[in-house]
Amino acid sequence: MAGAEFETPELTEFIEVPKLVEGTMEHVTCFVAKPEHQEPLGFPGEKVENWKEVAIDKMGDLLSRYRSFQVFMDACVKCGSCTDKCHYYLGTKDPKNMPVGRQDLLRKVYRRYFTFAGKYFPKLVGAADLTDEVVDEWYSYFHQCSQCRRCSVFCPYGIDTAEISMAAREILDSIGVGQKYCNEIIGKVHKIGNNLGLPGPAIEDTLEGLEEDVYEEDEVAVKYPLDVKGADILLVTPSADFFAEPHVDGLIGYGKVFHEAGVSWTLSTKASEAGNFGMFIGSYENMRRVSLRIREAALELGVKRIVFGECGHAWRVAYSFLNTLAGPFDFLDPDYPVPQHICEFTLNEIEKGTLEFDKSENDDMSITFHDSCNVARATRMGDKPGGQFDIPREVIKAVVNNYHDMEWDTIHERTFCCGGGGGLLTDDLMEVRVKGAKPRMTAFKNVMEEKGVTHLAAICAICKSQFTKVFPYYGMDMFQIVSVHQLVSNAIVLNRKTPPEEAPGYGEDDDDE
Amino acid sequence: MSSVYALLFIVATLVLVLGLARKIVQYSRIPAPLKIPTTPAPVTRTGVVLRMIREVVLFESLFKSTKWTWIFSWMFHMGLFLVLVRHVRYFIDPVWLPIQLIQPFGKYAAFAMIAGLAGLLIRRIFVDRVRYISSPSDFLWLLLLLVIGLSGATMTFLVHTDVVAVKEFFTGFWTFSGGDLPMDPLLLVHLTLVAVLMLLLPFSKLLHIPGVFFSPTRNQVDNPREKRHLVEWARKLEES
Ligand code: SF4
Ligand code: SF4
Repeated sequence: MAGAEFETPELTEFIEVPKLVEGTMEHVTCFVAKPEHQEPLGFPGEKVENWKEVAIDKMGDLLSRYRSFQVFMDACVKCGSCTDKCHYYLGTKDPKNMPVGRQDLLRKVYRRYFTFAGKYFPKLVGAADLTDEVVDEWYSYFHQCSQCRRCSVFCPYGIDTAEISMAAREILDSIGVGQKYCNEIIGKVHKIGNNLGLPGPAIEDTLEGLEEDVYEEDEVAVKYPLDVKGADILLVTPSADFFAEPHVDGLIGYGKVFHEAGVSWTLSTKASEAGNFGMFIGSYENMRRVSLRIREAALELGVKRIVFGECGHAWRVAYSFLNTLAGPFDFLDPDYPVPQHICEFTLNEIEKGTLEFDKSENDDMSITFHDSCNVARATRMGDKPGGQFDIPREVIKAVVNNYHDMEWDTIHERTFCCGGGGGLLTDDLMEVRVKGAKPRMTAFKNVMEEKGVTHLAAICAICKSQFTKVFPYYGMDMFQIVSVHQLVSNAIVLNRKTPPEEAPGYGEDDDDE
Repeated sequence: MSSVYALLFIVATLVLVLGLARKIVQYSRIPAPLKIPTTPAPVTRTGVVLRMIREVVLFESLFKSTKWTWIFSWMFHMGLFLVLVRHVRYFIDPVWLPIQLIQPFGKYAAFAMIAGLAGLLIRRIFVDRVRYISSPSDFLWLLLLLVIGLSGATMTFLVHTDVVAVKEFFTGFWTFSGGDLPMDPLLLVHLTLVAVLMLLLPFSKLLHIPGVFFSPTRNQVDNPREKRHLVEWARKLEES
């Protein structure tokens, strides 16, 4: 259970495929959602009495609504190609953390209730009845999947365990066994507008603070506007950007880029969250509700463009699903993609020549880039496939002198998840998070030793929080994780000077003395 | 006895065709509500067709993954494909030119097929991860295919069966004028197992054959920003 003692895996020279050891992570579970977390999302508050029936019905419902689910349940040939691809298997040795092992937890029930072979010859095809134990197993192992899609790259049929985890979690929610972490957060977004439950005034305070900080350092009044009607750009960013380190340094960076680009922009209280945990629990309805806030904010503020800040799963929902869930966005400027990623925006400005950098400001660091799983394998940036790999790297290389990639088989589409994605970024899952980070830590340690890299740059709020927590377990320093736009922020030269009356606090505290 | 086999193959063919058709209809009817291609993905339809061809012909994803599994399964599948094409000669008369040309390759492809299957079986037994995920049926499929392959190859290369009679049986089969099947035990084993395979395929994991074409992570175009993707049940949510 939460906070249990565990050993941090030792880093080896290479990412090794361990011999499997059954049951090593069986004990892991996370806090179950209370009725007050379940009900606002439209789920039963507690495990329903006829849960078995409800679960099977829900499975049938999902099979009829999601082609991916139906095809993935049928098509697996147990080739084993995915078995050594999941960071949770590599870090825990538990065979139920092999992608196909995880899928089979659901597939055995699918076969039992929905296929001829499983109904009549269950033993032969590995079908099994739905029991309390199976539900517990689902709850445990489907919350040990970060929905990173690494397995789907290597499966000959493209079977994506992320889809299966989402389906499993939706089934669990439908019988009243939801996960507290995700569902509580989604509730906060529905009610307040962001994952952290920060009310408007708190955001306003933070932004004012940022304006003062930047002014103090650079003597330029960079604005961090909130709810400004008629601004051109609506920036939607993960709420962690408002206060967590190193996220906030990224937010400072976006503001400086917008300032130098000379565009008008605004944040929104209503859409003060880029992340959309509705995806983690596989709930189309909740994901849609969260997305609609962004549409509403864009309409109310009358903006022309929507830009997303640094966040991985958020960028997946934004890039791949937003148009479906909350479109059409025909009221926005058709000259720009909807939505745009902040890295796309920044690189575009760099190419136009509007930004000037002093790269030496970052000379105290040598950088490597962590491809966040959902950006890498579920989205794109720019016009060309693979832009999601090149564009952030080009931004980084424009602002730093020292850059080195990690091993080729741990980046781009083969990137390893940070270990905390997909609704696992909670302290009750610390053991899974630490062990799952092992492959990434191995690759990072190697590039530190071989190339003298000092810092890992990322474009995802979850990755940043996860590494901050997990680095120390592996003997690294929590400040070794940086935001990409933090690097931009360090190097950018603020050429657009502002008149003194725009300085934060101008004319306010004259008579304090 | 011949008529028992004739009946068996009629039933097996029907089950195979209807069973697969049922699945294909089912897959094509179920909507894919969200854009979920595994990226980097093609941004055009043509690109998707090429991706699919690479996947189906070259086993691209498997190649990225595990070279041994790739070699064995590619040998098996390509061997099987050539062997199957070669077998067309038992069903038509005169034999089309391409089928004639493939004859020598088709004969020796049997070895590739058998070697591939043997490799996959060994892997399934000795790699702990693969053994863990295997249920009895996974072994049985490999054994079934191995026995089919071995019995077939034995008839081709060692103890020849009366292929002329077999051909008469199967060509006549279509017109219900069929001759008699030679009562050669090897042939009967071969044919029985093939019929079993045909009967079970639509109910098994061999559904990966149609499945691969319907996999949204492989067959979707990566263009969600450019084009709004909306399925019927999702549209209904918008109306309410
Ligand atoms: S999606 Fe990622 S975390 Fe989940 S099973 Fe696949 S590789 Fe593992
Ligand atoms: S790679 Fe795909 S087909 Fe092979 S075992 Fe894994 S999920 Fe099944």
